[in-house]
Amino acid sequence: MQPFAFQRAASEDDAIALAARPDAVFVAGGTTLIDLMKLNVATPGALVDINALPLTGIDVLADGAIRIGALVRNSDLAHHPDVQATCPVLSQALLAGASAQLRNMATVGGNLLQRTRCYYFRDPIYACNKRTPGAGCAAMEGFNRIHAVLGVSDHCIATHPSDMAVALVALDADVHIRGKAGERRVAITDFHLLPGDTPDKETVVAAGELVTHVTIPARRFAQRSAYVKLRDRASYEFALASAAAALDLHDGVVRDVRIALGGVATKPWRATAAEDVLRGGKADAATFAAAADAALRDATPRRDNAYKIELAKRAVIRALHLANVTGVDRS
Amino acid sequence: MTTTARQDIVTQRITLQINGESHPLDIDTRATLLDTLREYLQLPGTKKGCDHGQCGACTVHVNGRRIVSCLTLAVMHDGDEITSIEGLARDGELHPMQDAFIEHDAFQCGYCTAGQIMSAVALLGEPCGASDDDVRESMSGNLCRCGAYPNIVDAVQSVRGNR
Repeated sequence: MQPFAFQRAASEDDAIALAARPDAVFVAGGTTLIDLMKLNVATPGALVDINALPLTGIDVLADGAIRIGALVRNSDLAHHPDVQATCPVLSQALLAGASAQLRNMATVGGNLLQRTRCYYFRDPIYACNKRTPGAGCAAMEGFNRIHAVLGVSDHCIATHPSDMAVALVALDADVHIRGKAGERRVAITDFHLLPGDTPDKETVVAAGELVTHVTIPARRFAQRSAYVKLRDRASYEFALASAAAALDLHDGVVRDVRIALGGVATKPWRATAAEDVLRGGKADAATFAAAADAALRDATPRRDNAYKIELAKRAVIRALHLANVTGVDRS
Repeated sequence: MTTTARQDIVTQRITLQINGESHPLDIDTRATLLDTLREYLQLPGTKKGCDHGQCGACTVHVNGRRIVSCLTLAVMHDGDEITSIEGLARDGELHPMQDAFIEHDAFQCGYCTAGQIMSAVALLGEPCGASDDDVRESMSGNLCRCGAYPNIVDAVQSVRGNR
């Protein structure tokens, strides 16, 4: 690991000021960053420890929205009674991720900003456009069984590894960001960037900007929601394909819906084509299957990952079924 | 590889509270909590397995919660209350979970055992269902390559009163 300076931020203003140094990065849980520093994939000159900032609250606002501080640990968010009651998909996604130890460390902000598990990104021996722009991509003709089939470009096919962010897409969440120029709010679907020809740029967060909160608006579909994660082992593993489904039903007909995919796309993926199939349709197996087909219609597989198309379809169908049968109809 | 201007080694003065004792240290900012326990404080009970948060052998408690000590820096824990496997026994008496691991033969080579026990002790205070599958899920962050899992589940369940 390369040497680095270390400073503790006492406030948000302090953190943003300390992060003005161009080679500084924030550290919260550290579960991604310190891992990548050991691999010499991340080589910051300075760490700004933000763990003392008071961004640890989970509050239900007057309009029913839930406001989650960026430093809330994944375990605390997953087990929070309001989260479990009003948006079960988020609790399920969090508990499907990592291990109990890592969930006690990992934060909401860090989870959104975590880096891909692409093995070529994680090993500096290999070419990676995300790590070194213009270097090429070893995954294209390499072992790409774990790689993306949606949102891919000629420069990068790495998946975004988060489960939590997939649930947040299905909940219409917003991310709140603060920097020298002030605060801004970004829809979760706009927060992560497609790789295009700049896969090194993963989010809209600029250097020196701090993710402060996530808000989840009160939506009718949030409560009837479910997360399904398919992977190589039953626990403590990243998704090969996952799906979040949130349903608002009225008399057995889909009034509104959100479908999001994980493990198959270069960013947490909202499947709007699947939602369009479902909206106005009957909540039954035939509609769910048609929606799953629509969700993967634009998939572009490579040598080893074509199986993900069928796997993701089944995850969508299963998540819709679970949301349908286990959810509470609030209409 | 991304390269940055070479930075000189940086040390910081911190005090770690480990198993009830204060340890003032001048520590390299790069030192993980795991390496600090093992290499600077002569507490080698905490084991280094993968060193990348994938095996759980280095599990310790920080402020009462289990974490992996390989993915956190010592300088991030100035003043935190840290418990390692060496801190579980009280007045020469093993923790009931340690007794249960012996009673149920819940290890073979023993390399993962400190992490398994630290995880299992933390589990007792966490929301976890009563079934064996709930225990397996909650303990999934601790790998055992000898495959002592059935006896580990027995040990944990016996302490929880589910055997």
